[in-house]
Amino acid sequence: MSTTAIGSEPLTHQQMAKMAADDIPVGAYANLGIGLPTTISNYLDAEHHVILHTENGMLGMGPEAHGDQSDPDLINAGKTPVTELPGASYFHHADSFAIMRGGHLDVCVLGAYQVSKTGDLSNWSTGAPGAIPAVGGAMDLAIGAKTVAVMMRLRTRDGKSKLVETCTYPLTGIACVSRVYTDLAMFLIEPEGVRVRSYHGITHEGLENLVGFTLLRPEG
Amino acid sequence: MLEICGTPDEAVSCITEGSTVMIGGFGDAGQPVELIEALLNSTKVSDLTLVSNNAGSGDIGLAALIGAGRVSRIICSFPRQPDSYLFDEKYRAGEIELELVPQGNLAERIRAAGAGIGAFFTPTGYGTPLAKGKEVRELDGRFQVLEYPIRADFALVKCHRSDRMGNLVYRKTARNFGPIMAAAAHTTIVQTDELLEIGDLDPEAIVTPSIYVNRLVEVPPLSRQQHLAQKES
Repeated sequence: MSTTAIGSEPLTHQQMAKMAADDIPVGAYANLGIGLPTTISNYLDAEHHVILHTENGMLGMGPEAHGDQSDPDLINAGKTPVTELPGASYFHHADSFAIMRGGHLDVCVLGAYQVSKTGDLSNWSTGAPGAIPAVGGAMDLAIGAKTVAVMMRLRTRDGKSKLVETCTYPLTGIACVSRVYTDLAMFLIEPEGVRVRSYHGITHEGLENLVGFTLLRPEG
Repeated sequence: MLEICGTPDEAVSCITEGSTVMIGGFGDAGQPVELIEALLNSTKVSDLTLVSNNAGSGDIGLAALIGAGRVSRIICSFPRQPDSYLFDEKYRAGEIELELVPQGNLAERIRAAGAGIGAFFTPTGYGTPLAKGKEVRELDGRFQVLEYPIRADFALVKCHRSDRMGNLVYRKTARNFGPIMAAAAHTTIVQTDELLEIGDLDPEAIVTPSIYVNRLVEVPPLSRQQHLAQKES
């Protein structure tokens, strides 16, 4: 795990993805959620030996397929055509979710609308009236992996923190998130509170002002 | 006893008004499009309850069935897709009832039905709006929610290869709900890309054994060129 860093600039999406990728242990079985977390796979090199799970029924998923490579029977959870790597396997949906629920998956990284300071996650609905509700595998992933991380921009478009005291959007899971990768800071959700691991273009006080509660400083 | 049908129309002719129908597929992968279209065209049954991961996209298959007003209720995990306007219209007009189920619970509830499990407890969804009103117990140090099986009158499933016994093999991620839906329905109707003779499938490689399959029809897939041409048009 990388030590405290105080960067002068907020992280780009690519830098966030790189940081999340570096924290995935060598040889881990991992599931990368739809959206931002999918880009993490660009930073998992061969030495990582990370085996990617996709909840629609595959281990050993390879990069996105392009052109002639694309096969309508081979897609990821976001329904994008992908490729298979040597050693891949296929299984039905109940087995695929048993892999999560059974606690076999080492890491999953999800996107989020909000994460609370105790690790509650809201990432499936903003509760907006008239929106078509859809949940997919979000709730199963949130409680299934040994380590559940979130990758998101820290602020909403109108500048509010998405790391919050209490989630106001409908919940996906309770006390399930333990790491949060954002453009302004990387957070560890610990029993004593939320600890900052690294700052990016923001001070500790600036971060506390933004999130609206006391944060623990980096260890060491 | 397996019935081998000559056409998709014949294969779905047994489906009756008000039935619960499971439809395999995740997005377009594994969606039994020809069986769904036969259900739309050849039989006039309506008031269907569908059990399916998605609610279709564009205006073919599942989406067309919903658009034609033949579905009164859907049990589903992810009805919203970039191009799911037919479902969206019906839902907003209050013409279709939706039971939203987390994807893993949907799969496990279907599996439980086929396996004769009366109900089960799962941590998925605990404390969320989707577990509201459901019984909760603390088991193994975790709060878990009581979930009941989902069974169906009919399942429509697509596979890659079948033999004349009804043993099935799937292809890549198109397997998705096929094996569990085949087991959870009273009558399972399968469309296969290729129908082989008995003994042509390796018994070690069979994914769905013949006991789960009731009706079978061969629907050769479009060639790659035809598929691309269809996409472009």
